[in-house]
Amino acid sequence: MSTETLTTAAMPSQARTNWVAYKTILRREIIRILRIWTQTLLPPAITMTLYFVIFGSLIGGRIGEMDGHSYMDFIAPGIIMMSVITNAYGNVVSSFFSAKYQRHIEEILIAPVSNWVVLAGYISGGLFRGLAVGAIVTVVALFFSDIHIAHPFITITTVLLTALLFSIGGLINAIFARSFDDVSIVPTFILTPLTYLGGVFYSVSLLPELWQNVSLANPILYMVNAFRYGFLGSSDISLGIAYSVMLAFSIGFGALALYLLNSGRGLKS
Amino acid sequence: MVTTPTPATNSVPALQVSSLEKIYDGGQRALNGINLTVQHGDFFALLGPNGAGKSTLIGIISTLVRKTAGSVQVYGQDLHQQPHSAKPLLGVVPQEFNFNNFETPLQIVTQQAGYYGVPYGEAKRRAEKLLKRLDLWEKRDDASRLLSGGMRRRLMIARALIHQPRLLILDEPTAGVDIELRRSLWDFLREINAAGTTIILTTHYLEEAEQLCRNIAIIDSGDIVTNTTMRALLSQLDIETYVLNTAGDLTKTSVANLETRQTGDDEMELDIRKGDSISEALAALQSQGIEVMNLRNKANRLEELFVRLTRRENKASQQDAAA
Repeated sequence: MSTETLTTAAMPSQARTNWVAYKTILRREIIRILRIWTQTLLPPAITMTLYFVIFGSLIGGRIGEMDGHSYMDFIAPGIIMMSVITNAYGNVVSSFFSAKYQRHIEEILIAPVSNWVVLAGYISGGLFRGLAVGAIVTVVALFFSDIHIAHPFITITTVLLTALLFSIGGLINAIFARSFDDVSIVPTFILTPLTYLGGVFYSVSLLPELWQNVSLANPILYMVNAFRYGFLGSSDISLGIAYSVMLAFSIGFGALALYLLNSGRGLKS
Repeated sequence: MVTTPTPATNSVPALQVSSLEKIYDGGQRALNGINLTVQHGDFFALLGPNGAGKSTLIGIISTLVRKTAGSVQVYGQDLHQQPHSAKPLLGVVPQEFNFNNFETPLQIVTQQAGYYGVPYGEAKRRAEKLLKRLDLWEKRDDASRLLSGGMRRRLMIARALIHQPRLLILDEPTAGVDIELRRSLWDFLREINAAGTTIILTTHYLEEAEQLCRNIAIIDSGDIVTNTTMRALLSQLDIETYVLNTAGDLTKTSVANLETRQTGDDEMELDIRKGDSISEALAALQSQGIEVMNLRNKANRLEELFVRLTRRENKASQQDAAA
């Protein structure tokens, strides 16, 4: 091998560097998700199948209708959304924290990659897994329910914004995390309770007025209901408010994540 | 959409560190405003005892450690003001393994190329050349956690070279590798240096620095205590030590006017002061019945200087502290 070929560098433009770097991060994330599919894609399918069997078929049959829909149809969009949220979040937090822990995040930090590209790459990985799992769970739901997409635009934009928001949330968690315990604290103590209390299994109109008002402080309520509107055409929440909440959180989280990356917090000493 | 690198002229230093200072959050001062220049094409040794500030300096040059004050320029490009033009000129081989243990060597090097904007097809072509040259091609699809320590070291070198940097910084590149592999890595580094890559090397094997490097800086307690050519530094030694393989009974013989130490049944060390004749010393040994069968220079010259320089600095700082 001629060593000359190794020492005559041609420097691509910054825009090209960023584009190739973005594709590289995304490809790496997709390869990772597919390589460990038994940890990333299979468990949500099994868990959500159990939800449909237990809550939908066994218990749901005794509950009757909810907001004018069969209980199975009512919970299906919420269960799909729950799987999107947990997987988008879980993918980014585990991937980014592993990169920090094993220190191979340094491969990116020493390279001329803009921080917003790092953010975009990891978020896209979260979107990929969130949407892939969402698609798998939707297929599972079709075996148990009779759902149809009433408003495709609302369904797609809601799931995209939700996956985006929680992917960014996962990155912020990973930046602050110092141990694997820190990675599981937010999903266990914040994300799961908010998701269960976000109207996945019930209509908030069933709650007393006080708890209805308390529920309005839960951002996941807006996502679940907007998504349910996309499928069923009915919702407890105004769509305008739901989109405003999703956009506001996405922009706020995005700005915070970029600030943290620029500051080098948790990454540089 | 390819632009030629602007800082390609040989007159611009490969690395220019100016008044670089680092104080960590806890108040620990690691670098005291150091200045360092490494010229294009050089093979430069950066030595220092543990905790001297070497890793902090390399960390700042890698942009993994934030500087407190000062500047770093790579081929005239300010690393912190113009990172997008400075970083591609720089390749870093860190001391500790920092790749994804679950990824393969081919994935690791092609991804690294991608972070520098090298498209995947071109990255694969470059990776094949590098991995073959560093005897890793057969292992290209194995998980990197299965590689031996020497293979991992070579993988980090391949990764650092995949974007074709002009300046390569190696932090202890041969730590823990066997002698044969170390020699082959030396050959490879000499090869890429001859082809135009400037190299900065930190090592604990001082023989390695002496063998490879033309210029040297020694850093201690956050200051550069010596920055000169290897030849000039070694010329400061007023004593050369030779290892002699001998025939004759050493235990019964003392050699007048010669500094000797018996180090084995048929081996002794002989110190020759600057200006003294080695022929006269050998003749004196022969007159005492000691026949010198073989002779070699003991490769500890740099080590002696290193210990002397860093010890002197420690004493001075202790005196300052006491004052």
